[in-house]
Amino acid sequence: MSARRDRRDKLASRAVQAGFVVVLVALWYFGTTRWGVSHLLLPNPVKVWEELKDVLASGDYIPDLTITLSEVATAFVLSCTSGVIVGYVISRSQYAIRVFEPLLAGIYSVPIILFLPLYILFFGLGPASKIAIGTTISFFPIVLNTIAGFGYVEKIFITAARSMGASNYQMFRYVLLPAALPVILTGLRIGFTVALLSILGSETIASLAGLGHKIVHLAEAMETARMFAYIAFAVVIAAVLNMIVTSLEARAKRQ
Amino acid sequence: MNGALTFRDLRVFMLRRAWLARLLVIAALFLLWEAAARWWVDPIFLSPPSRVLTSLNEVFETGGVPGALRITFWELAVAFSISVVIGLVVGLAVGLSRFSHRSFMPIILLLYGTPQITILPLFILYFGIGPASKVAFGVSHGIFPIIVTTVAGVQNIKPILMTAARSMGASRWQLFRWVIFPHMIPSFFSGMRLGMTGVLLGVLLAELYVSTAGIGYFTTMFTQNFDPTKLLGLISILAAMAIALNEIVRRAEVYFGRWRTD
Repeated sequence: MSARRDRRDKLASRAVQAGFVVVLVALWYFGTTRWGVSHLLLPNPVKVWEELKDVLASGDYIPDLTITLSEVATAFVLSCTSGVIVGYVISRSQYAIRVFEPLLAGIYSVPIILFLPLYILFFGLGPASKIAIGTTISFFPIVLNTIAGFGYVEKIFITAARSMGASNYQMFRYVLLPAALPVILTGLRIGFTVALLSILGSETIASLAGLGHKIVHLAEAMETARMFAYIAFAVVIAAVLNMIVTSLEARAKRQ
Repeated sequence: MNGALTFRDLRVFMLRRAWLARLLVIAALFLLWEAAARWWVDPIFLSPPSRVLTSLNEVFETGGVPGALRITFWELAVAFSISVVIGLVVGLAVGLSRFSHRSFMPIILLLYGTPQITILPLFILYFGIGPASKVAFGVSHGIFPIIVTTVAGVQNIKPILMTAARSMGASRWQLFRWVIFPHMIPSFFSGMRLGMTGVLLGVLLAELYVSTAGIGYFTTMFTQNFDPTKLLGLISILAAMAIALNEIVRRAEVYFGRWRTD
């Protein structure tokens, strides 16, 4: 009885979800065609679709996407290297963990995006300030997870390996690393997500190029249809990148 | 001999007090910053912390800054209140029924996962450059963590407790008041903490984005005038505001979650 009811429930939920999307699109469509919502505020969905096709076909997005992606990649490489190294060094002593971990966690709880104007003052409006803010923001989850990964390995494993005569290298390779890796990978995934978000955000706030800048530029030019197309594009790019990182994390954890 | 003994005493003393070492690290960082700003870095880019501190009053005397700070504070408060109320209502509505959970939770998680920063220009387009857009953007960041944690809190109640209460003849209201509500409180306060983080991020992003009014106007002005003293002062005041608000909700979380054992 319950299996059939379960399936009926599932179908009904899917129907509700589909209905939600359909109502939303219908409201959007009729709002723009029938009820006279201004085209400047809400462009027609059909027009947005055409613009999106145009953006994809003309390759108009390539320079901005390249800049955003290279900024994210640079920031992520920098924060990974520094975060993992600093985290590992701190995790080698319980005392250092007690001194530094609360400090890092405290700084992480401040909205670091506040320092963006300062970074712009230092590094200018170009990619350097984006890379710097992305690195700073993603450094914290990575270093905190690295500390958590290496610092809290079960004592019994370490004692057992030592008593069986493990060398320092063996200790690292076969005890510490496998124990810490899942936690570190989670930190890397979070770090990547926040790097992407903060770079898109800082491009939106003040920049010369990049996807965030393109959206703002179109908003200021009142080209709302094309702006909607770019927003959809940016959201899809972000979703795809997050999916890639999540599946890489899952795959690495399984090994 | 005597010197060695005191050194060991000092070592033990420091080892017992990690907070003291942490304080020394912070002091060292500030000293480094002070030294860097005084001797190594061009003063148009960086200003020493001592001067930032002594010219805080200049920041407050800059026409419009106290007003902008006050407005930012109210935006944070209003956005947070709206997020909590809507988040709680939606969270309960979605979490308490299996059907609505199944139907709407995927939609909520999808929205939670999209980078809202890409639609920041839309918020300005719809709500203008005043406080309304900043409150709305703050709510868009704060509401989802509150919904998600409320739903998780409601879902985590052990079914046995509900069954027991029902079998003893509890009414719907009694079930809510005596079983669901007390079990929700810890996760609700965790949600409030995450919501506060989101609201701070959303409101500050929108404030920085609008460069013609509010905080964003002043940060842009100080940046363009190469006035790091005032810029750092303003940023420090905002950071202090953020830390204070975070600390309040964190304390509340610890206080109201203290009976939880899991």
